[in-house]
Amino acid sequence: MSANAAPTIRVSGLTKRFGAVHAVRGIDFEVSAGEIFGLVGPDGAGKTTTMRMLAGVLRPDAGTLSIDGIDVARDPEKAKLHLSYMPQRFGLYEDLTVGENVFFYAELFAVPRRERVARSAELLHAAGLEGFERRLAGQLSGGMKQKLGLVCALIHTPRVLLLDEPTTGVDPVSRRDFWAILYRLRESGVSIVMATAYMDEAERCSRLALFHSGEVRHCDTPARLKAAMPGALLAVHAAQPRAVHRALAGLPGVLGALLMGDRVHVRVDDAARRVPELETALRTAGIADARIDPAAPGIEDVFVALLGTPAG
Amino acid sequence: MFGRVGVMLVKELLQLRRDRTAMMRLIIPLVVQMLMFGYAATFTVHHVPTTVLDLDRSAPSRGLVSHFVASGRFDVVDEAQSQSQLQSDIDHNVAVVGIVIHAGFARDLGSGKTAPLQVVVDGTNSNTALIALGYVNQIVAQFSAEEVAALARQAAGAARAPSGVTLQVVPWFNPGLEDTWFFIPGIIGSLTLMQVVSLTAFAIVREREVGTLEQILVSPIRSVEFILGKTVPFFLIGLADIALVCAIGILWFKVPFIGDPAVLLAGSALFLLAVVGMGLLLSTYSHTQQQAFALNFFFVNPFFILSGFAFPIAAMPKVLQWFTLINPLRYFLIVIRAVFLKGVGFSVLWPDLAAMAALALVMLAVSVSRFRASMSS
Ligand SMILES: Nc1ncnc2c1ncn2[C@@H]1O[C@H](COP(=O)(O)OP(=O)(O)OP(=O)(O)O)[C@@H](O)[C@H]1O
Ligand SMILES: [Mg+2]
Repeated sequence: MSANAAPTIRVSGLTKRFGAVHAVRGIDFEVSAGEIFGLVGPDGAGKTTTMRMLAGVLRPDAGTLSIDGIDVARDPEKAKLHLSYMPQRFGLYEDLTVGENVFFYAELFAVPRRERVARSAELLHAAGLEGFERRLAGQLSGGMKQKLGLVCALIHTPRVLLLDEPTTGVDPVSRRDFWAILYRLRESGVSIVMATAYMDEAERCSRLALFHSGEVRHCDTPARLKAAMPGALLAVHAAQPRAVHRALAGLPGVLGALLMGDRVHVRVDDAARRVPELETALRTAGIADARIDPAAPGIEDVFVALLGTPAG
Repeated sequence: MFGRVGVMLVKELLQLRRDRTAMMRLIIPLVVQMLMFGYAATFTVHHVPTTVLDLDRSAPSRGLVSHFVASGRFDVVDEAQSQSQLQSDIDHNVAVVGIVIHAGFARDLGSGKTAPLQVVVDGTNSNTALIALGYVNQIVAQFSAEEVAALARQAAGAARAPSGVTLQVVPWFNPGLEDTWFFIPGIIGSLTLMQVVSLTAFAIVREREVGTLEQILVSPIRSVEFILGKTVPFFLIGLADIALVCAIGILWFKVPFIGDPAVLLAGSALFLLAVVGMGLLLSTYSHTQQQAFALNFFFVNPFFILSGFAFPIAAMPKVLQWFTLINPLRYFLIVIRAVFLKGVGFSVLWPDLAAMAALALVMLAVSVSRFRASMSS
């Protein structure tokens, strides 16, 4: 990300209300070329609403947003030429074949024939959909449908790609294909905005915006967000993590305890002082097999620490 | 602009071609309903079950009964022996009409006095009753005319020949008063209305429901282009519908077509624009296909009933008469019946054509602007 390049997306004071629901409350952010900008936050935080305003399908109540210097609210037709939006559920024509779906979206964007042929072959290959051109879209697996959606969304070489939870319900192999395509796009200078519920995907983003109740509470690179996390993180391994969680949550100096499968992440104000206290508490609770180690925070820990609620 | 409309059209065609049952769904119900309506929608009544109570038992009374039977309209199912038996026949649905010929019928007839005749009809089916009563009047009038003529022949040479005045009714355009001729053109309009409104509404709501609409809206296509791409196919299907059912009406039901096909084509095109506009308007009020179905049901039936298809508009309460003014089917029925049966042209039908054009314009304009607004919510 070079500092002198003008940002591709500029959002300032963006606001949207649905009746009594204040879905987006005056948010600001900028995204540069070649960035993958992640939107994370709990359900109903306003991620989809923000995306739809960026895509020009929803008119903001207040604020400005521009893409490549084009005011999206004022000139949506022109802005749409440069962007591509994949909603949470991509609308494919299930009664058309894979090839026909790609053809239709290419024609809508007036992609020249030669370019269409070359690009669709390349994208279908990257998505692992080669050889499926004549299969009806309705007969594809969920992951394949999402990838076909991405192929359709990318057929016209957008400058800005908006993805709303594109890999939800997609198998790991398809997700890998998906990300390979995203990385290649980033190399070629496309700005990508994606909402995601997967923390491992959030880690791969260049920058993250943490959404909560329609506001962007924090916005930075994953590394800096982790560094900004208050307190120290400890991982407590034990055969009965639930019992550990019960024993430790709410003790003095414990800022938060998060159950992570086979272990518990405990955030404390001062590790050196609190570890012996925690060990005592565990013994008192009759948990003998617990082991306390310092841990590197993941995005989820950061999220809980900063917002007080789990993401996604 | 044409480019993107063309893309939409190509897509619609591909989808239609993929849909193997589309042709069956489009054509078969239309043909079947046309045939059903063609035979069922008639006000002609034949073979009405009739019970006769002949208290005179004379040659003229038997002559009257045989007139009834000979007309083919009435079947004598019972010869009642008393008033109460006649009553019970009607109560038990054995007969719909009861004819009572009182004693002295022949005597009164012979002496030139008014001969009493009583007719009882089952009013629970007022339609059949009224029609049957009409036939009774016709048959009795004919019978008495014949009797009067016979009397006059007997009295030949006498100075005073009875001079009767007969009213002769000559229906124009439909000399046999064939009601098939009246109904078939109406059926053509009604079936087209029902099919095209629902097809248009459903096609658009489906795209909304599946999520493809949102996808298309983020492309540079304009809403007018999308709407054109979505409605032109149904406009064409509507024209084909009208041509098909007209052919059935003319070739199968032998309804005469004496007008100018160009006038019918113009009328059909304007009617279809209004109908497609109506489908489009319904689609802007529906987020799911269920909602579209409910709305379609709610609107299309009143449009059908308040069109003059079967129930005369002039007989409706004033408020409903006003409502018919915004009903495109009302105007189309006038046009199609006039073209089929009267053969009149633009010089007579222009007000109805203009009304349809105005309705089409308003419905299309409102639905396009509502469609645009629905994009931003
Ligand atoms: N079309 C709409 N009409 C009314 N309310 C809406 C509409 N779209 C969204 N909302 C409301 O706005 C708020 C934000 O919703 P949004 O879909 O943007 O959340 P989200 O962050 O995408 O959530 P999720 O993670 O569940 O997808 C919610 O309270 C939602 O109910
Ligand atoms: Mg969402």
